[in-house]
Amino acid sequence: MHEDSISALLADALAVVPLRPWPRYELATAAFDAVARAVGDGEREMLALWAESGMVHMAIRPIGETPCVVSTAVIEGRFPSVGRWHAPAIRLERAIHDLYGYVPEGAPDERPWLDHGAWDRSGPLGTRGEAVPRDPADYPMLPVTGEGLHQIPVGPVHAGIIEPGHFRFTANGETVARLEERLGYVHKGIDALTTNAPIDRAGKVVARVSGDSTVAASFAFARAVEAALGLDVPPRASAIRGVMAELERLANHFGDIGAICNDAAFAIVLAHCGIFRERILAVSAAVFAHRLMMDTIVPGGVTTNITTEGARLIGAALDEVAPAFAEIVRLYEDTPSIQDRTCGTGHLPADLAVRFAAGGPVGRASARDFDARRDLAYAPYEGLPFDVPVLTTGDVDARVQVRIREVAASMDLIRMLLAMLPEGPTLVPVPDAAGPCEGVAVTEAFRGDLLVWLRLLPGGKVARCHVRDASWFQWPLLEAAIEGNIVADFPLCNKSFNCSYSGHDL
Amino acid sequence: MRTLILKSLFAKPVTIPAPDPSAAALEEVGRALEARVRRLYGRSLAIREVDAGSCNGCELEIHALNNAVYDCERFGLRFVASPRHADVLMVTGPVTRNMKVALERTYAATPDPKWVVAVGDCGCGCGVFGESYAVVGAVDKVIPVDLSLRGCPPRPLDLLQGLIALVDKTTARQRSAG
Repeated sequence: MHEDSISALLADALAVVPLRPWPRYELATAAFDAVARAVGDGEREMLALWAESGMVHMAIRPIGETPCVVSTAVIEGRFPSVGRWHAPAIRLERAIHDLYGYVPEGAPDERPWLDHGAWDRSGPLGTRGEAVPRDPADYPMLPVTGEGLHQIPVGPVHAGIIEPGHFRFTANGETVARLEERLGYVHKGIDALTTNAPIDRAGKVVARVSGDSTVAASFAFARAVEAALGLDVPPRASAIRGVMAELERLANHFGDIGAICNDAAFAIVLAHCGIFRERILAVSAAVFAHRLMMDTIVPGGVTTNITTEGARLIGAALDEVAPAFAEIVRLYEDTPSIQDRTCGTGHLPADLAVRFAAGGPVGRASARDFDARRDLAYAPYEGLPFDVPVLTTGDVDARVQVRIREVAASMDLIRMLLAMLPEGPTLVPVPDAAGPCEGVAVTEAFRGDLLVWLRLLPGGKVARCHVRDASWFQWPLLEAAIEGNIVADFPLCNKSFNCSYSGHDL
Repeated sequence: MRTLILKSLFAKPVTIPAPDPSAAALEEVGRALEARVRRLYGRSLAIREVDAGSCNGCELEIHALNNAVYDCERFGLRFVASPRHADVLMVTGPVTRNMKVALERTYAATPDPKWVVAVGDCGCGCGVFGESYAVVGAVDKVIPVDLSLRGCPPRPLDLLQGLIALVDKTTARQRSAG
């Protein structure tokens, strides 16, 4: 471990709790605050920040090493603000405040985030106070002053078939001076629905945190349960999980590449990518009996096997799509009018990607060389050779290019996994927990790293479960990437990020 | 580009043949129509999609209606950008408390006569998000619903069959009345 201030602080932890596979340290308030400060100084990446009754947890990671979780007790309804030192934590602790009523002391932004004044109680998971109903539109946006500025409010109901959220643009002529997001519209209370819930019911809810990442979320949930119980999954089940996760990545990347080009009026790419996406969903339905493969990954393995015929169908679909996609990629790369729109647009500086630990194509297009499949390796990816494309230009084009290369890498991975599909069972029974136990897992969703932490109780119950989608750390960066671009390029930038609303709002 | 266009000229279409309207949807729409204003839609419906709290799964499948495989425009079904241009609101849910006002306003902004199609198990009230402080519930708890298309998420084919039933019934009623 590093010889740095956080290591010294962890050595003085009040208790080390067995969380698998990472350690969890319980710290006194002052030590937790010091860790937060060091995270703000760049000693660690922050992977997640969440609360449970009477406790706040933060997952941190020294680059290239195993992460850990640090926790501190909430004392008299307060905990030290992480956001005052480390900006990526601001929205997370605003969410903690709304859900639990706990006050982040010294927080730079005290506005509510998920609570729009429409719930029937305040702090629904913690303090459970009387709700103070207020007009949902009554929300102080950050002030923007200057000459010739005007505001454009957009949403929550948008023009396309997309999720709801509010964007407030402040523009000078056509140029965006500031974008401020307001999210939380699709908050469904997922943290509450997975508290004190039977494992299978919690799993069904987690599978619907964000429909496009259902495989990745179920994968992380299953692995967290298995880690908590010390359960080994049969190798065949792991390989099938990998195939499903890569099929999900393919379908979403095709959708994203098409949608980005469509937002620059280059509809031919969308038309073709729509067919590729459909091809992948159709083969997923044929093999796994569900187009999005929902609820197929469960703790203990998978509910659907891949037959010899299934493997053949998947291979045939890839053989058909790969050359056709290569042609569309050439079209994208050889057409100056689309390149003119995507190159140089929506630039995300590399230092911001690092500070926010931005995962997925958003981070990798801005030089952040991280992929959970390789850097927090898990079955079936351990030991498999696969490409993790990293680019440095950080613009819309780079985010398209990363996806293009990941399509190729995912196809290779699926072929590799199918070629050496181990024999054996695909599902083992899940034993009951002997006592309270904790597990954590990170999977690489198409959007980036997705973290699930949970605590199990005897009787097959989930005491508390928290899901952190990659979008938490990408949404704020979209505000930075759009600055100085023209309003008309916002759809392009937004699609190239493709953050989840539901996965963020929970 | 040239080779792509040439290929497209000689390739067979990827679009699926037109499916029959769903029997269940026909019956439900038929029932709903009795008490509603009839109007000539000319086999055409302008649809505005509203996500009132969904996980985005339903949106992915509604999106697919627009692709070359399902190509919903050949049935006169077109997605529009504003509720003011819409005959039909396709609403996914569960309706969250944070989206309730926005859904009510979208409904109010849609000109009469209008139809509401609740999409997905959550929008129809049988999804996994039932009991929560943050959720109002099914779409019909907030605005009147004419047709429910269940599924988690419903497949594009199911959506298409339900919507074609809606178009057929509306047109048939108009013809017999007219």
